[in-house]
Amino acid sequence: MTRPTVDLRPTGQPPLPRPRPLAQFFTRPQVIALAAVLLVNWALFPGFFTITWQDGRFFGSLIDVLNRGAPVAILAIGMTMVIATKGVDLSVGAVMAISGAVAATLVTNGVSAPIAVLAALGAGLLCGLWNGILVTLLDIQPIIATLVLMVAGRGLAQLITEGTIVTFSDPVLIFIGTGSFLGLPMPVVIAALLMIAATLIVRRTALGLLIEAVGVNRSAARFAGLRAGTLLLIVYTFAGFCAAIAGLIVAGDIRGADANNAGLWLELDAILAVVIGGTSLMGGRFSIPMAVLGALIIQSMNTGILISGFSPEFNLVVKSAVIIVILVLQSPLSARLFRRLPGAQK
Amino acid sequence: MNRSLRPLLATTLIFLFAYLLAVTQQPAMLSTRVLGNFLTDNAFLGIAAVGMTFVILSGGIDLSVGAVIGFTTVLVAVLIMWLHLHPLIAFAIALIVATAFGAVMGAAIHYLKVPSFIVTLAGMFLARGGASVLSPDSIGIEHSFFTAVQKSYILLPGGGRLTVVGMIMLAVFAVAILLAHRTRFGSNVYALGGSETSAALMGVPVARTTISIYALSSFLAGLAGVVFSLYTSAGYSLNALGVELDAIAAVVIGGTLLTGGYGFVAGTFIGVMLQGLVQTYIVFDGTLSSWWTKIVVGVLLFMFILLQRLVFRAAPRRT
Repeated sequence: MTRPTVDLRPTGQPPLPRPRPLAQFFTRPQVIALAAVLLVNWALFPGFFTITWQDGRFFGSLIDVLNRGAPVAILAIGMTMVIATKGVDLSVGAVMAISGAVAATLVTNGVSAPIAVLAALGAGLLCGLWNGILVTLLDIQPIIATLVLMVAGRGLAQLITEGTIVTFSDPVLIFIGTGSFLGLPMPVVIAALLMIAATLIVRRTALGLLIEAVGVNRSAARFAGLRAGTLLLIVYTFAGFCAAIAGLIVAGDIRGADANNAGLWLELDAILAVVIGGTSLMGGRFSIPMAVLGALIIQSMNTGILISGFSPEFNLVVKSAVIIVILVLQSPLSARLFRRLPGAQK
Repeated sequence: MNRSLRPLLATTLIFLFAYLLAVTQQPAMLSTRVLGNFLTDNAFLGIAAVGMTFVILSGGIDLSVGAVIGFTTVLVAVLIMWLHLHPLIAFAIALIVATAFGAVMGAAIHYLKVPSFIVTLAGMFLARGGASVLSPDSIGIEHSFFTAVQKSYILLPGGGRLTVVGMIMLAVFAVAILLAHRTRFGSNVYALGGSETSAALMGVPVARTTISIYALSSFLAGLAGVVFSLYTSAGYSLNALGVELDAIAAVVIGGTLLTGGYGFVAGTFIGVMLQGLVQTYIVFDGTLSSWWTKIVVGVLLFMFILLQRLVFRAAPRRT
């Protein structure tokens, strides 16, 4: 991957040899972790890698992992950008509920599906914009600013659905959640397209660099002439947009909008995916594809626990263990320990 | 008038105003019966919010309190119903486990230098997961001690009942106010919230204080879990889902600054009561649906954050 980075090593030293990108990709801890989790799943369930073609689409556990992981992956794409600016968006789960509620309610009231989808996306954009305004104009810490919408958002969603689970049978909305394109489930296609588009936009333009600059030091970025406020607004609005897409997928999947349970706790999964993907919570460096990979690792673990016959509740314990391992690895303490090991010097 | 008391005063005035408004709409709300139920129904939230106040005063956040409450209810239920321990012994064990859990989180926050919200997020997963591994189903608690506690109360003038659960909450608030404003630990917490570096330079034992803060928060969450099990007579891993958010909202509405170093435990009490008032009003009204609670609490949260910004942005210029 080509990415503009600032080289902070003293100029006297020779530059590090440039590693081959493909080899570098396969030796990343995230890729190794994903491979390990998948292999464990395969050991538990020999048919895990079997993919069959049926009724014009692929079926198999692997496809299922991709399909189930898509909403969190989409959330993680938006969340990566927010976390890169040293923020966090706790409201994405609630925004998912709002977006699903808007689409479902409009469709059941006779509005055509494309307009309902646009309205749902618009609602997501508005929610994101609201978060962005709180963070930039009112200068509230992101965790608290987005907490407001996290608390009130589910209430708003229930207000829209009038407290019921709005079910629908609109083919377009159901297609978003359960349809397939080129044999792949629609959620996977949407997540992949979004990931590619977002990665291209932030890496082929200066946007990614600017976001990293704001994340590392917001005042310094402002003094350097960046419009930090506008960037933050864009980033939070984008996170709201991603949440709205995920909300549409979840609503289409269950053919209904459940204001109470749609996207419940998914904000935490999304944050976890981003952290697994190596984006630091302290802002700065970020990687969208790695965050998507993180979402896939989480989903593979979920699937693995399900097929191995453990109760799904066991998931939470495993997830917390993963967070703890990552935290210990990322901490300055372990960095010091590693440096003391012989041969670990650069 | 001390300027630092202003947010507390504002919260109190808003509570009184809201209560008056509620009473003009629903005259039946003005009775000690309703007030007694306020205390009983929000006891677990209040106790957890006290712990949250200390955490937020120190500049951190604790997302694990709801999960610790849920875990404690399950642990208490398992100890009483499966191992046939006396409830008081079960409570003691549960509180020790909860305190140790918080201490470990505090140690992780301090020694690994990770933001508190991610550590307590892991703690939340662990506590919820641990609770459901212990028992995925709800366990009803039947014990003569439980029925005895649930039946004992102090009759207030006007027919209101101050239950044991309500008294525990009031006692926790009283002790916490003393702890925050009259002890060295309290001053250390405020110092840490003001600036960790300055606190360390002033000789505040940062490691010990951080660990104690999270241990205290989890201890109080454990106590809230005990209260919750007394209140519902059941242990269930999904008990108290999302209480951490209510607790944070109560602390913020109570005038504590989210950046740390500023606030009052007494404000949190009013924050909890204000949330209880919203809920009670919606129940009394009968036509409004329960989702309005969330919206109103969200709006209140927003208003108070805005208020804090206005008060504190103007502050440096004036002094």
